Amino acid sequence: MQPLIIHRGTIIPLNRANIDTDILLPKQYLKSLESTGFSNFLFDDERYLDPGEIDTPIATRRENPAFILNQPVYREGSVVLAQANFGCGSSREHAVWALRDFGVCVVIAPSFGDIFRNNCFNNGVLPLQIEQSLVDALFEQAEAQPGLQAEVDVAQRLLSVGSGVWCFDLDDGRCQRLLKGLDEVGESLQYAAKINAYEESRRLTEPWLFRS
Amino acid sequence: MGAQTLYDKLWDIHRVEELPDGSTLLYIDRHLLHEVTSPQAFSNLRLAQRKPWRVDTSLATPDHNVPTLSREQGINGITDHIARQQIAVLESNSREFNIPLFALDDIRQGIVHVVGPEQGLTLPGMTLVCGDSHTATHGAFAALAHGIGSSEVEHVLATQTLRSRKLKNFRIRVEGRLVLGVSAKDVALYIIGTIGSAGGSGHALEFCGPTIDAMSMEARMTLCNMSIEAGARVGLIGYDSVTEQYVRGRPLAPNAAQWDAAVDYWRTTLHSDADAQFDQELVIQAEDIAPQVTWGTSPEMVMPINGRLPTLGMARDALQRQDWERALAYMDLQPGQALAGLPLDRIFIGSCTNARIEDLRAAAEVLRGRRVHDRISQALVVPGSGLVRMQAEREGLDRIFKDAGFEWRSPGCSMCLGMNADRLSPGERCAATSNRNFEGRQGKGGRTHLVSPAMAAAAAVAGELTDLRSL
Repeated sequence: MQPLIIHRGTIIPLNRANIDTDILLPKQYLKSLESTGFSNFLFDDERYLDPGEIDTPIATRRENPAFILNQPVYREGSVVLAQANFGCGSSREHAVWALRDFGVCVVIAPSFGDIFRNNCFNNGVLPLQIEQSLVDALFEQAEAQPGLQAEVDVAQRLLSVGSGVWCFDLDDGRCQRLLKGLDEVGESLQYAAKINAYEESRRLTEPWLFRS
Repeated sequence: MGAQTLYDKLWDIHRVEELPDGSTLLYIDRHLLHEVTSPQAFSNLRLAQRKPWRVDTSLATPDHNVPTLSREQGINGITDHIARQQIAVLESNSREFNIPLFALDDIRQGIVHVVGPEQGLTLPGMTLVCGDSHTATHGAFAALAHGIGSSEVEHVLATQTLRSRKLKNFRIRVEGRLVLGVSAKDVALYIIGTIGSAGGSGHALEFCGPTIDAMSMEARMTLCNMSIEAGARVGLIGYDSVTEQYVRGRPLAPNAAQWDAAVDYWRTTLHSDADAQFDQELVIQAEDIAPQVTWGTSPEMVMPINGRLPTLGMARDALQRQDWERALAYMDLQPGQALAGLPLDRIFIGSCTNARIEDLRAAAEVLRGRRVHDRISQALVVPGSGLVRMQAEREGLDRIFKDAGFEWRSPGCSMCLGMNADRLSPGERCAATSNRNFEGRQGKGGRTHLVSPAMAAAAAVAGELTDLRSL
């Protein structure tokens, strides 16, 4: 996982609530056995005029020029700005992989789907939850000035856009994981003895959960 | 210790360690795996040269992209070579890591959330996870169950734990008796319509009250299944004699020597204390619930079948108005219109929400002696597992469906998410018993109206959305 320390990038304003993970990455791409290579399929239904499958050569697809990701100023965008409940629905981590592969490092919204939020932290993407009033103010700016940049300083927990600077909440554990790009499995295995001891105690209290 | 909610108790029982990062290492009793969200987790295990912590507690079965036709030849019958490879990889991963597998040609294969309870893999008091958001289904057993991403699938495989953060508690009490023609699906949709698709975010929902007490386990599973559509990863129902009767005798239920101790433990532990505190509470009157149908592209865009769509002036703010306009355009509907009488193209009865035997019985009851309307180009019924399919055939339900003009298919997720060949074409309108009406969910440009199994059957007969009580 790539560390996320300070990120500066173009804001992609998606002024809609309930952008679900089916919209972020449609079902046909879930047939992949990999966890990379989804960049071209992010928002597939809206991004292309023709339907695509996982093995459709991308050069043959017709882009929808009206869709924001196809507009030159947003093609390199890396900070998604959206409305409430972003990433709701299916647990597919593929949705986060598609965002990350496209280059998105930060998603700013008033709220997120709970599973999606965890998936973001497991892939070095920051789901940045801020108040509705600030989200609305950022939309006003970003829509008036296409190409507007945002800077996120993870260690300082600061979001800067234009002349504005705001603090955001992020607990220490998740902050450190983003800063260091930590492998959670390796860390958790340091508690192997505790897990073993726990299992032994459960064998006594709920023996029917253990068949061997 | 003070009074606790059921969720608090399950959390405490499964705590292994409080970690320095502020999360809790939570022990996971059961892990269900399928072909779509597990391959990356297995690859990473292999890369890191790690072994699964405990294999006897997992189960793998293909469901998401399996075809529902031509299943006699097993995996070789799959013509989509990419889907075939993904299912083959699930099989090879299961073999390599010694994880029990219900393969495509196993009569026990089916949708993970139908298979788990059916086998007694899902037991009261457990923690249970799966790389699928509808894992909340298993909360009907007073088990702490929720969906996880693929990184977390890898974490559970390697450590038998999850790094978790505690949720808040939200109690939803349903009082009174459901009126005729109203099912658990309608209750779920009504609740989502009331609290919104993010209403349960950050919370564990606990459903309780006389209406829930009177529900069968299958109905309770339907209700808990839809928790995620209200934004809640976890939906729970306390343990009672209905739970006990359902679990008794299942293949993986506690054996005779352990049964009494298990029941005693479940009965004394698995309910919220009378004076437990909840962060949020909602009380609903069952009599207020009519058969529900969604009109938009989020499950919260739902209304009674005998009602009318909202007008734009009813939106709470400009943003909701804009979302409604977008949904209306996608669904090709007008503000204020009625949904009863809206012509349909296809019918889908299936999914982890509504593909159990009681769901099939409810639909067949409506279809008995009737025919699917000529306007319907396809009516699909996809049982939730091979065992559900067999049971339905034993009861003659397959004949009722086929005589009515339905296609009787083999188990899988099918048209709920359209990963296999069962998909809507652009512009097609479908009454579906599944759980999501998102844009493109059942196929790019497809229009989904979520309903109960009986309502889907009634719609098939009428060729349009209709109040089943008027049939």
